[in-house]
Amino acid sequence: MLLIECPYCGPRDETDFKCGGEAHITRPEKPADADDQSWGDYLFMRTNSMGTHYEMWCHSHGCRRWFNVCRDTLSNKIHAVYKMGEPPPRVDDPTRSRSQ
Amino acid sequence: MSQGYRLFNGGLIQRDQPRTFRFNGQEYIGFAGDTLASALLANGVHLVGRSFKYHRPRGIFSAGSEEPNALVQLEVGAYTQPNIRATQIELYQGLIANSQNCWPSVEFDIHQINSVFSRLLPSGFYYKTFMWPKRMWMTYERVIRNAAGMGKAPTENDPDIYDKTHAHCDVLVVGTGAAGLSAALAAARTGARVIVADEQSTAGGSLLSRRIQLDDEPAGAWVDAAVLELEALENVTLLTRTTVTSYFEHNFVVAAQRLTDHLPLGSCGDQPRQRLWKIRASQVILATGAHERPLVFKNNDRPGVMLANAAQTYVNRYAVRPGHKAVVFCNNDSGWEAGLDLSDAGVQVTLVDIRGQAAPELEAQARDRDLEILTNHVVVTAHGRRHVRQVEVARLNSDADGLSGSSRIIDCDLVCMAGGWNPALHLFSQSRGRLSYDQNLSCFVPGESVQAERSAGAANGTFDLGFAFSEGREAGKAAAADAGFRQRTKSVSPKVDAKSNSTDIRPLWLVPSASDHPPAKSFVDFQNDATAADLQLAVREGYRSVEHAKRYTTTGMGTDQGKTSNVNALAIIAQITGASIEATGTTTFRPPYTPISFGTLAGRDVGEFMDPVRRTPMHEWHRAHGACWEDVGQWKRAWYYPQEGESMHDATRRECIATRSAIGILDATTLGKIEIRGPDAAVLLNRIYTNGWKSLPVGACRYGLMCAEDGFIFDDGVTLRLAEDRFLMHTTSGNAARVLDWLEIWLQTEWPDLQVYCNSVTEQWATAAISGPFARQLLAELCTDVDLSNQAFPFMTWCTGHVAGIPARIARVSFTGEVSFEINVAADYGMALWSQLMLSGEKYGITPFGTETMHILRAEKGFIIAGQDTDGTVMPADVGLARMVSSAKDFIGKRSMLRPDSLREDRHQLVGLRTDNPKEVLPEGAQIVAEIKPEPPIEMIGYVTSSYWSEHLGHSIALAMLEKGASRHGEQVWLSLADKQVRASVCDPRFYDPNGERMNG
Repeated sequence: MLLIECPYCGPRDETDFKCGGEAHITRPEKPADADDQSWGDYLFMRTNSMGTHYEMWCHSHGCRRWFNVCRDTLSNKIHAVYKMGEPPPRVDDPTRSRSQ
Repeated sequence: MSQGYRLFNGGLIQRDQPRTFRFNGQEYIGFAGDTLASALLANGVHLVGRSFKYHRPRGIFSAGSEEPNALVQLEVGAYTQPNIRATQIELYQGLIANSQNCWPSVEFDIHQINSVFSRLLPSGFYYKTFMWPKRMWMTYERVIRNAAGMGKAPTENDPDIYDKTHAHCDVLVVGTGAAGLSAALAAARTGARVIVADEQSTAGGSLLSRRIQLDDEPAGAWVDAAVLELEALENVTLLTRTTVTSYFEHNFVVAAQRLTDHLPLGSCGDQPRQRLWKIRASQVILATGAHERPLVFKNNDRPGVMLANAAQTYVNRYAVRPGHKAVVFCNNDSGWEAGLDLSDAGVQVTLVDIRGQAAPELEAQARDRDLEILTNHVVVTAHGRRHVRQVEVARLNSDADGLSGSSRIIDCDLVCMAGGWNPALHLFSQSRGRLSYDQNLSCFVPGESVQAERSAGAANGTFDLGFAFSEGREAGKAAAADAGFRQRTKSVSPKVDAKSNSTDIRPLWLVPSASDHPPAKSFVDFQNDATAADLQLAVREGYRSVEHAKRYTTTGMGTDQGKTSNVNALAIIAQITGASIEATGTTTFRPPYTPISFGTLAGRDVGEFMDPVRRTPMHEWHRAHGACWEDVGQWKRAWYYPQEGESMHDATRRECIATRSAIGILDATTLGKIEIRGPDAAVLLNRIYTNGWKSLPVGACRYGLMCAEDGFIFDDGVTLRLAEDRFLMHTTSGNAARVLDWLEIWLQTEWPDLQVYCNSVTEQWATAAISGPFARQLLAELCTDVDLSNQAFPFMTWCTGHVAGIPARIARVSFTGEVSFEINVAADYGMALWSQLMLSGEKYGITPFGTETMHILRAEKGFIIAGQDTDGTVMPADVGLARMVSSAKDFIGKRSMLRPDSLREDRHQLVGLRTDNPKEVLPEGAQIVAEIKPEPPIEMIGYVTSSYWSEHLGHSIALAMLEKGASRHGEQVWLSLADKQVRASVCDPRFYDPNGERMNG
């Protein structure tokens, strides 16, 4: 069970939280102008990173705030947590691609 | 029966505290401090069970949690537990245990015939033989499962209670042997919060099994002093009888503590039986020791053949002589140490060593005791069915791949196997650490740590006791320092006086045989009856990966998870394939380390605490009036109210007619209620709902449809505008929390600029909905400060007033199709409101109705229920609600409604169905086909989502999703049911009052 540091409450067990999937997926400004391909990408396509991964978590059994987590999907090491709207931190560990 | 094998002196048993117990119906006596296994051995009982597949007689094999053979059915009735290791059951007065997997008795077992045919029962036999015909597999399986069984699960409810606790510490030490105690002391002395856990009843680990001098005193004295110091420290929690079973991410470790298992049944009052510890540790030290490996030779599974360290433990710790005449078969010095201890306890010992020599000091001591010593020799086979009687020994050839000369028979009643040691790497591996193979030690040792963890002592491959002490001490210091406790403390390891410290070993994974190769009945996995020949067959059939060979032969897949078999198995596979052991690799170690009771995992979350129950303020009234319940989310909702002798069908018929012709009353408290407040509240609703909200005046209500970004319907409900900046949103009962989450995620992640707050107020309000032709009259009696006329208070508006003197918010909305008023009062007034409505409504024939009648009434109206008539692939236009989709604004899901798939002409659309036979009520989920063909495939064109008998209309009604349904009204379709085909015609889903004149009136 992960130990996640809520930026508002402090470290808590994973069972306090829920994961909201990949972070930094921005809703198109004008959806009506999006073509089918780009709208489909926005809806369904995710990076499925092996290694460094940015994702959203919600402290659903605590403060109910959403925030971002930068986690290594192989080691589960959490590099950083940061609030919504803050820029994603740069991490030295590169994202490993599956073909390697 | 006397304890004929008990020693007069020594051991950690209390001879003044006898314990009577029954095994297989026979009464025996042991002592406090015994395990069931040691007490049985003290009474000369070796044969305790039958093996899994061949039903071979099996005896006590080990003295610890690695036991593969001696699994018993402990206790009877509700307290019974299957597959419990006799080596870990602490003896208590009145204990009852029985052998498993044998019938009629362990001495004579009918299925031992399997053993005779074992050559015909190789790996995969069942699957290969019973594959055809396919339909018979279920029958075969039942018979096979019966024959190849483990114990029997209890059939009664578990009468015990269990606890859970969460704990945090700076350093968690697993194991209390030499390394573990040293680590715990060193860490504790820095002031760090330390938890120390050990699966045994007392601390000490292997120090309890060996005759070691520490600082010129027996090891027990040092252990006692260490325990005293730890117990006295406030920053230390010492947990015995506690198995650390699982090691998860971020140093989250789970342990099962046995609190009262060692006490007589019924003697513990309401004490919990076990406690599950969920520990988050900054640092973990694994001092889990090592398991001895058996040697693989013919009939190495006979009762009386056991691990050398087990025999040593029985002699030293339990003062039991496991035999009178022992053959110790070893490939390293630890076997010699065991042999010397056995000899000192009066056992006649022959030492058979694969190697040419042992450590000189050991050889000298063996000669002093006049032991027979056979170096460069192996035990080729054991004889004796229910107990070993003899072994055949032979000299190894110089290449160690065959025998030289003829074999020789040695009489014995005990064979001790010392095949080297495997560090107990289970927790290390669970922590995701990689194992590496140590050629010198011939075993896997921990590689690099992945988590904040370090291994120490035998668990780290440090088999020398002196080094184990110092390594433990250093690990304790380092872990405390890494957790922030750097205080310098004084810790000195004791001076160790052991018989030998040599780790010299000559691995011989499979003992060669004179005749057949590999020899039959050379067991690798004792619990699952997997032999060396099975492994060879697996490799020959192409299962070269160790993971595949494991599954094919089931090696390591028993309840012992292969603690004594895994390394032997993969070494033999490596030998057959010619690959190195390192390259062959290990299988995965999975939690738990030893089995955990379901009760322990469940803790107190059983019975009514398993899932929270939500009850409305009117719940007691419903109960007192005989309501049957429907679970909606966690709510208990009244389903229907049967009167004397009424079936569900009778009751709902009566409730429907009453509502359509007089008044029905529904407890609608459970509908989700979210208050949305702030200057941008209308903007939020506009983006969340498919229809427009900005123009909705204060005092009005509007039905809204909510879609996910993929354009599919997600929830629906009526929202009231309470003020310019304030709305009250209703959601479906089971979806309230998800809708609130949905609003929150958009507000917090995509639109943080919107000034809106959302707050769940579901439980702050109680709601009674009255519905029917007399609803207005009844309300007028109780509510004098509101003009209830249709002109003053039209459909889809709300107002405030007093009902029966209670401040209320009244909304004119309708889910039944009749004139309805939803009366909302503060939750505490709910019962008072309801009671008054019932009292005053009596003269109008007011009838309470439940969710079933509500469903029928709404289906008559063709109103959908999100989640019943929609399934996450349904868009608003599919259910005839295209008019609810605004073209003037963007909202969540809008763009998806223009994707090619959304515009397909053959989408499923909501329709009504009327069966040709009006009395035929279709089952929900029934598949719709255009025509019945004599055989499949028949194309399915839709399915029934809701189906009821409509008493008011006098015929059955159904809602269905049907391909191109909107353009099929009037067509006929077929429904293919289990026992018949039914014809129906497609119609408008609004069966009753399609223009809504009644509810608007």
